[in-house]
Amino acid sequence: MTTHLRVVSAGPSSTLQDRGRIGYQRYGVSVAGAADPLLHAAANVLAGNPPAEGAVEFTLAGDCITVEGGTVRIAVAADAEVAVDGEPAPSWTSLRLRDGQTLRIGALRSGMRGYWAVEGGIAAQPVLGSVSTHIRSRMGGLDGGPLKAGDRLPLRLDQAPDRGEHRLDPSLLPRRSGTLRVMLGPQQDYFTAAGIEAFLSEDYAVSHEADRMGCRLDGPTIEHARGFNITSDGIPLGAVQVPGTGRPIVLLADRQTTGGYPKIACVVGPDLATLSQMRPGDRVRFAAVGPEEAWRIRAAQREAFDALPGLLQSAGAFALYDSARLLGFNLIGGAVTGWD
Amino acid sequence: MSVTTPFPAPVLRTAGDSALIVELGDGIAPDLNAAVHRLDRRIDEASIAGLIETVPTYRSILVQFDPAVTTAEVLGGRLLELAAGLEEAGTGPQLRWIIPVCFGGAHGEDLDEVARRCGMPAEEVVRLHCTVDYRVYMLGFSPGFAYLGGLPAALHQPRRENPRMATPAGSIMQGGGQAAISPIAMPSGWHLLGRTPARTFDLRRDPPFLLAPGDRIRFTAITAAEYDRLEGIAGYLPDSETVSVAAADPMVQGAAA
Repeated sequence: MTTHLRVVSAGPSSTLQDRGRIGYQRYGVSVAGAADPLLHAAANVLAGNPPAEGAVEFTLAGDCITVEGGTVRIAVAADAEVAVDGEPAPSWTSLRLRDGQTLRIGALRSGMRGYWAVEGGIAAQPVLGSVSTHIRSRMGGLDGGPLKAGDRLPLRLDQAPDRGEHRLDPSLLPRRSGTLRVMLGPQQDYFTAAGIEAFLSEDYAVSHEADRMGCRLDGPTIEHARGFNITSDGIPLGAVQVPGTGRPIVLLADRQTTGGYPKIACVVGPDLATLSQMRPGDRVRFAAVGPEEAWRIRAAQREAFDALPGLLQSAGAFALYDSARLLGFNLIGGAVTGWD
Repeated sequence: MSVTTPFPAPVLRTAGDSALIVELGDGIAPDLNAAVHRLDRRIDEASIAGLIETVPTYRSILVQFDPAVTTAEVLGGRLLELAAGLEEAGTGPQLRWIIPVCFGGAHGEDLDEVARRCGMPAEEVVRLHCTVDYRVYMLGFSPGFAYLGGLPAALHQPRRENPRMATPAGSIMQGGGQAAISPIAMPSGWHLLGRTPARTFDLRRDPPFLLAPGDRIRFTAITAAEYDRLEGIAGYLPDSETVSVAAADPMVQGAAA
């Protein structure tokens, strides 16, 4: 019998994601991929995987899964309560679970999305080079959709090797702020000077209309200079499009490939993860940067990815009931809350 | 650029820290879109370091790059070099798909309505659709959804007042001045003229995508019985032929004249 995970209950929207589907936007295929690639990579590195392996991205609350068959190693990268067979267990730590054990990941204490990875990865068939789930086009994952109760997730590894576990202190990850850095364009000429001024100087709040495709923001209207229709063109990741309402929408991983609203600016890649962790009501500001500053932000992001393996600390043997350590993890959880 | 060029100078637009848009003009027009596809082919053939993928559209190309390998400045300079002299015809062959379509009846519920609006018999609507070369202006909206340019002006009609919640896969549709082939069942406000047994998107088939941006399409009318026969063939692929760019591209001929 091969080892797999049985989904006892799924979070509100849990999907398998890697770095996305590259090279098919010209055929109308959305990229998809992890909304917060650094956290996604952290879950993988903790579980002993390459950073871009497919892992489950959950939204607001995690999943409850039971191990069936062999022994697995799972790591949760999220500020959430975790329990194994009802007993508290640490997040940000790899856990080795036996046949029959049940892992429950509760609600996120902060942020919008968390990740869990299993050593060796979930044995999903890549679609167009990626296992990323794109729900709207029913592509990727196990059947094109989110995890649901009763799902059987086949694993590539039947027995996770018995070795020491790792933990990662999330307070060592780069700090995130409520300021999203943008590069103006591609269609800033479709906006008045007053419109651009409002965009760059006022507070905007994340609305309830926010998902993996885009994040609609509430705030001062951004004034168009010459209508709000352009001949449809390609939509880059992080594009801030402004439809006729004058309220901006930041387009994220699951965005459509083409669109006909003018785009005032694009959020610099690494800051999209910040936005994707914000909840309705959270406030953001946009700050314009030039190409050199954007390049430095990107380079810092690459360094943060490269540094992940070096952040791993030994967590000793699997010791679920070490209360002193659990207390330590709760304190780390408090530090994560500072992200928003 | 030569004074005979029908296009303004190409414009580079910043599209974040890892993409550029090279824009050749504005609007939806056959000569402009032909130039887009010529440039897209040049970019592909140039094998530029750090280039990840391109998204050609009606009048521009989104060029995504890896900022760890190249910069917008270097890449932008290269794109402008490649965009010089686009009014001249390219040299590569052009693919033309012969797409069988069962028009009207249950396969195309709006054919009679379109004919009535256009003031012509349904047979004439079908004849017009089957005597022009359509071009895949771009793919977007959903995987494999092909926006086709080349709808004869006599057939231009506004979209339906009441969009349908569901239209079947393989629908040949028209809306405004454009036509389309739908890859999967989807809601649509476009008029349904017919249906093809050829699937433009099928993950079980290699290649999964039938049409690439810039491809030509010629519709050919088939009976319902022939539709059923072709639909029964697993992984059915319609015929295609290669045509010379000059023959396939009347605007290039026009520019040369």
